[in-house]
Amino acid sequence: MPKKSAQPPPPAETEQPEAPIVEPTPPVDVLYCSVCTFPPEYCEFGSSFTRCKEWLKEDHPDLFDKYYSDEAFQTRIGTLSLEAQTKLEKDTAKKEAKAEAKADAALKKKLSSQVTIRRIERTKRKHVTAIYGLDAFGIDLKKAAKQFASKFATGASVTKNPQGLDEIVVQGDVSDEVLDMIEEGVGVLKGIPADNVEIVEDKKKKGGD
Amino acid sequence: MFKKFSPSTDIAGHTPVKTSVQRSIRAAVLSQWKIESETLEAIWPKKEGLVLVKCREHVSIYTVHGEPIFLQHFDGPFFPTLRLLHKYPYILPMVKVDRGAIRFLLAGAHMMCPGLTSAGGYLPPAEAALPAGTPVAIHAEGKEHAVGVGITKLGTEEMKKVNKGVAVETTTYLGDDLWVLKAL
Ligand SMILES: [Zn+2]
Repeated sequence: MPKKSAQPPPPAETEQPEAPIVEPTPPVDVLYCSVCTFPPEYCEFGSSFTRCKEWLKEDHPDLFDKYYSDEAFQTRIGTLSLEAQTKLEKDTAKKEAKAEAKADAALKKKLSSQVTIRRIERTKRKHVTAIYGLDAFGIDLKKAAKQFASKFATGASVTKNPQGLDEIVVQGDVSDEVLDMIEEGVGVLKGIPADNVEIVEDKKKKGGD
Repeated sequence: MFKKFSPSTDIAGHTPVKTSVQRSIRAAVLSQWKIESETLEAIWPKKEGLVLVKCREHVSIYTVHGEPIFLQHFDGPFFPTLRLLHKYPYILPMVKVDRGAIRFLLAGAHMMCPGLTSAGGYLPPAEAALPAGTPVAIHAEGKEHAVGVGITKLGTEEMKKVNKGVAVETTTYLGDDLWVLKAL
């Protein structure tokens, strides 16, 4: 390595112009509710108040007391009439019930969704594997495709099927392995009940196409 | 403005902002907000490019590292996002709505005069009156953190006098479709 020549001495501090150094004001670190994402003082207006309170009691008991102790009630109500507060609480409860019903419906839909692994014959020896329906379980298709590509050291991409819906196509016949991966919940492939997955065969029709 | 907002359909495109334009935006923000240039530099370092995210209806969102920091409607004043305002609560003058108005605000409503002039509300005193068209932090009775960002439609003294109709138009609020987007 070439030897570096001696560094010039650093400029003397005293030669600096005398400007007061203003430090940036540090940001306020605001706590957000891990259930509804609001600052916890606003959870009472959200649609998950019961769960928000459970979280706060568990993770920040001091704040829980600050907001929800009997003594805090009057401060919280402020200038709102008791009547209006009662109405507000009713509304919140209604909102919560609605959100729960919606979440239930979404869960039911999810549990009745089907993942299809299709083994598609391209030629006598070549196959591709098309996996449809992972997104219904909240799985990011691009990430899943990447995972398949690296696991099988082959090509995998997200493409639209003839119905115009996104599916993952992996080169080669990996249908059994994909089923195993889903059953084991490897990587991003979590939360799919094994009963909701089926493998189907797509044989090339004789003399077809 | 962001009651219903979906990035896939409402964003027209991302464009890096030209250096000369960035300079004028920086100057505008420094003059419109109560913020030291050092603090703005910490939020948006000069060497970091600002990205303009163009949205429908002449709404512009400006991001640094993908994080939305300013909003603008047409060529109006710059608004901080609510998340940025939470970090630097003093950068905008504040008004406060009473507890009864909170749930309307969280449903995306504009704020009416009575919600600000009632006992639970707050408007600056006459000597610190704000003219119409001022970006403000919307606080709420009994709460520490701002619940929204808006723009005055009337001067604050006029709000007290007239005491009816829209006082502050809500630009963005807690739980709207911009709130949930931490990166664009
Ligand atoms: Zn919450």
